Amino acid sequence: MMKIDFSGLEPRAPLRGESSELFDGISNSPSFHLPNTANFDGFQKEAIQMVKPAKGTTTLAFIFKGGVMVAADSRASMGGYISSQSVKKIIEINPYMLGTMAGGAADCQFWHRNLGIKCRLHELANKRRISVTGASKLLANILYSYRGMGLSVGTMIAGWDEKGPGLYYVDSEGGRLKGNRFSVGSGSPYAYGVLDNGHHNTRSFVYGLCILKCKRLHSRDQMHLPVGHTRFQCLLKERKLCSAPKETTELCVLSLILIFLPMLFHSRYRYDLSVEEAAELARRAIYHATFRDGASGGVASVYHVGPNGWKKLSGDDVGELHYHYYPVEVAAVEQEMTEVPVA
Amino acid sequence: MSIFEYNGSALVAMVGKNCFAIASDRRFGVQLQTIATDFQRIYKIHEKLFIGLSGLATDTQTLHQRLMFRHKLYELREDRDMKPETFASLVSAMLYEKRFGPYLCQPVIAGLGDDDKPFICTMDSIGAKELAKDFVVSGTASESLYGACEAMYKPDMGPEELFETISQALLSSVDRDCLSGWGGHVYVVTPTEVTERILKGRMD
Repeated sequence: MMKIDFSGLEPRAPLRGESSELFDGISNSPSFHLPNTANFDGFQKEAIQMVKPAKGTTTLAFIFKGGVMVAADSRASMGGYISSQSVKKIIEINPYMLGTMAGGAADCQFWHRNLGIKCRLHELANKRRISVTGASKLLANILYSYRGMGLSVGTMIAGWDEKGPGLYYVDSEGGRLKGNRFSVGSGSPYAYGVLDNGHHNTRSFVYGLCILKCKRLHSRDQMHLPVGHTRFQCLLKERKLCSAPKETTELCVLSLILIFLPMLFHSRYRYDLSVEEAAELARRAIYHATFRDGASGGVASVYHVGPNGWKKLSGDDVGELHYHYYPVEVAAVEQEMTEVPVA
Repeated sequence: MSIFEYNGSALVAMVGKNCFAIASDRRFGVQLQTIATDFQRIYKIHEKLFIGLSGLATDTQTLHQRLMFRHKLYELREDRDMKPETFASLVSAMLYEKRFGPYLCQPVIAGLGDDDKPFICTMDSIGAKELAKDFVVSGTASESLYGACEAMYKPDMGPEELFETISQALLSSVDRDCLSGWGGHVYVVTPTEVTERILKGRMD
């Protein structure tokens, strides 16, 4: 049996005294048996077909004022069949770092656990916790070394380190991206849709209002907007709103209330979200993804990573969440047919 | 992915005592994407005859229109409704007409015949009739529907019990299928009345 040797990827001089058997067992980089076949690629293709489950997924994570919010669904599917509705797709690497799971379940679980070991060893060697940057790079380097061998991993590493919140996207193609907002999996387009919702609409709507030349919109009370919504107000003032009949003004205020308030209640992604708002946004994004995407569903779990480590905030059954967001309207009882008296 | 699984569907019909029930899911999807959750797969031919069409949605609609056309002509010529057995033969013949370019759907037919004897049957896409005394299923959730029906079905149920059974079977089956679900639609037909109910289900 051949084995690939990845010892070259190990850090040069680990800060341990002499090597002992106890440590060797853990720190040796894992090596895998390779199939004894002339046609490695063909074998690989067949083997990948056999380990396909947990393909459909929705996971997301974003950085905001209070840290990082991480959320995921919990469905595992094989083709059209739902093999489980209670998969743990958010993997707890250590008390300050989370990883999300998309792609092959086994690949994700194994390499996150492996990453956990490496992070702990780093902590013991250097007497400080590893940065999110460092941890994600460790994982990306390992995955890159197996590139083209059929690993299937799409993950986000989220955590809190000395520099504050950190979020990286790492995949089995060797990609590693730093960012403020990610979503991975078959349901990710839907989740992005909710996360990004309205960010640009806000501005275009304001300009639209300005063109209407409404006046007397300076005071906060008239705008019916919560305190702290200054950007919007500034924009209105800058535009030097000139004279307009009073009716126009009232029309504008009315349309402002009608169009704007629902958007404010449904918070979209902003940096200065509170923890509660951010959790609700994450939960709603996952819910909408599970609604539209057949391969996502089950439970929407939400984790928050703050300065004191991660905490699970909620795990809501999507089946109940739907009727929470959209209660069934009680249909009016149909009029009973009455007999028409014969004249 | 098979063309039969393109839109996703779940369909089941059950026989009770002098009554029958036919139920379907409400999803219309394109592969894994859910487009609508108020889709109709069960069509009424007349007061005591229903057909459910699983498979490719566009073909189910076309086939339904052609079947309604044929049934209306029959009504005009014979001045009566079609018997379920006759209708099943009609569907079968129409499907086989397209033997080498079939309608991509699998019908479930349920009706009350003479002296209110319930009749259910299913077919493949080219019209091979399969009659059953207890229940028939079709669609992407058919495997799990078979399991649920096999476990829950009892002979000679009354309309209320039949409704409960078919609903539970449908809802538990579509919870194991990515491509169907998002609510349910149930018809219970007795000699005197037709009850139509919309089921609340998991929306994922």
